[in-house]
Amino acid sequence: MAASPTTSVPRQVTRHVVLVVFVLLMIYPLLWMVVSSFKPSNLILSQTGLFPSEITLENYADGWDALGSPFSLFLGNSLLIGVGSVLGNLFSCSLTAYALARLNFRMGKVYLALTLMTIMLPFHVLVIPQYILFADLGWINTYIPLLLPKFLATDAVFIFLMVQFIRSLPRELDQAAMIDGAGPFRIFWSVILPLMQPALITTTIFTFIWTWNDYFGPLLYLTRTELYTVPVALKSLVDTETQSGIGTMFAMSLLSLVPIVLFFIFAQRYIIKGIATTGIK
Amino acid sequence: MMTLTSSKDTGRQEPGPSGDAGSPGPAGRRRPRGRTKASGGTRGQGLVAHIFLLPWMIGMVGVTAGPLVASLVLAFTDYDLLSTPQFIGLDNFVRMAGDERFWAAVRVTLVYVLVSVPLQLGFALFLAVVLDKGLRGLSLYRSAFYLPSLLGGSVAIAILWRQIFGENGLVNHVLGWFGIELGSWLQDPSLALSTLVVLNVWTFGSPMVIFLAGLRQIPEELYEASMIDGAGRVRRFWSITIPLLTPIIFLNLILQMISAFQAFTQAHVVSGGSGGPLDSTLFYTLYIYQRGFVNFDMGYASAMAWVLLLVIAAATAANFIVSRRWVYYGDE
Repeated sequence: MAASPTTSVPRQVTRHVVLVVFVLLMIYPLLWMVVSSFKPSNLILSQTGLFPSEITLENYADGWDALGSPFSLFLGNSLLIGVGSVLGNLFSCSLTAYALARLNFRMGKVYLALTLMTIMLPFHVLVIPQYILFADLGWINTYIPLLLPKFLATDAVFIFLMVQFIRSLPRELDQAAMIDGAGPFRIFWSVILPLMQPALITTTIFTFIWTWNDYFGPLLYLTRTELYTVPVALKSLVDTETQSGIGTMFAMSLLSLVPIVLFFIFAQRYIIKGIATTGIK
Repeated sequence: MMTLTSSKDTGRQEPGPSGDAGSPGPAGRRRPRGRTKASGGTRGQGLVAHIFLLPWMIGMVGVTAGPLVASLVLAFTDYDLLSTPQFIGLDNFVRMAGDERFWAAVRVTLVYVLVSVPLQLGFALFLAVVLDKGLRGLSLYRSAFYLPSLLGGSVAIAILWRQIFGENGLVNHVLGWFGIELGSWLQDPSLALSTLVVLNVWTFGSPMVIFLAGLRQIPEELYEASMIDGAGRVRRFWSITIPLLTPIIFLNLILQMISAFQAFTQAHVVSGGSGGPLDSTLFYTLYIYQRGFVNFDMGYASAMAWVLLLVIAAATAANFIVSRRWVYYGDE
């Protein structure tokens, strides 16, 4: 709003002061959680400051083994599902997007419209029949219900993202490859896919973060503790709160956020661009 | 590519009368070819396209469209997952009308959507405007404000929230300085929902990023011209920034509204799965979950899910209709 030439120095300073206060207010709970995870449980609620009087790693040690299996198991399970989902989305959404963005066929527009409509569809309208189907197939307590849909291009947001991206690539590239005798598969693999890298990275980041945070799917399909992903493992820590204590919950919660924060630090550019172009969260 | 040239040729011959009016089949099939430009053969790429689309088609039928139809059918049945579904007509919907918990869920969800979404967008817009143009450290602030959006949906943050709003939590500590004494927010039916509203507002970073991208599209000349005309800061905000940003405000409104209607994780974790105290955090989706996957009342849960779908569709459509009055799309 404010055009720079007229913005006076004191005004700039006030703006920074207001912003910094606001940032601190927002981030304070997170900082407090970090500090608290290193405090003995009985001190956490009585100390609201950021400088602990006592430091301990006990919470991490206790939390690691609080659920019978070591927490590394749950981290590993989540990682497996995260990586599997990323591969699935990259594979299925890029194939779909290429066909919808580049190939000429009669149903193209209809398919694209259908795909866009599914973005709006609330998950809960689909989940009951899906559950019945997967239960019938004997897939409860397997990772198939969580992974298979990713290989079937059901995350329409990423198809949309990739279609937009492919459309922005000059068609002359395809035509040049075509003249050299390349067919659609060749063009997809050697021309389009390498150029799509930014869209693929955005898809990777958001797919991973979403599946890492996903709670509803694992809550439905996984009932055996050794199959738990991190979010459901954390929830069962909460259910046994009285024994485990706040400290251990905080410690394990923080561990669960580490991968997301790492993505946030190292891939911010793609995240910001991804939101700005598609409106994904 | 053979098909490319051949279709181009037929395309060129065809614009005249297709002649064989007696056989609608081939004529109907040929017509689209005339439309396609020289760039591709319709029929030739149709086959290839469907090979590319194979995973998508299986997913569309098996994971999306199939279940969508199935849940509509289930909505008219009584089904507990063990015995065969019994067709019961509109009974589920009649039951819904008399179900107090259903109405509690509707109330909770509507309050949540109507309070948290405008607040969240308000913060997002305010900070986007403050951060726009000519401010040092923009990207640093933007990152700090955005971080909660990435974390807000996680169970970890829901756990943090339970402590912050607990009886001896951070919030009550701070209120204590001002002499305000409250018990646990999560145990108080009149306060519990507000903790979830605060959590949603806390994730204003993602709409803020979208606003920032939108603000960058507003031509600087407009501001310069209006300054020459003597328009002040406030005037410029209301007469230039807001009108030109209305399409983005609208987009954000739709996106956040749809996601708020479907909020689940935070309510489930914060209330321990119950939606309590006294159903004060019984989000609509949480009640669907309880009905469908705790009581295995699958028919009723499907009926509820379809009501949700229709409400979201109606709310979105209403927004689009009302948007004609306030959203500005360039010079008309």
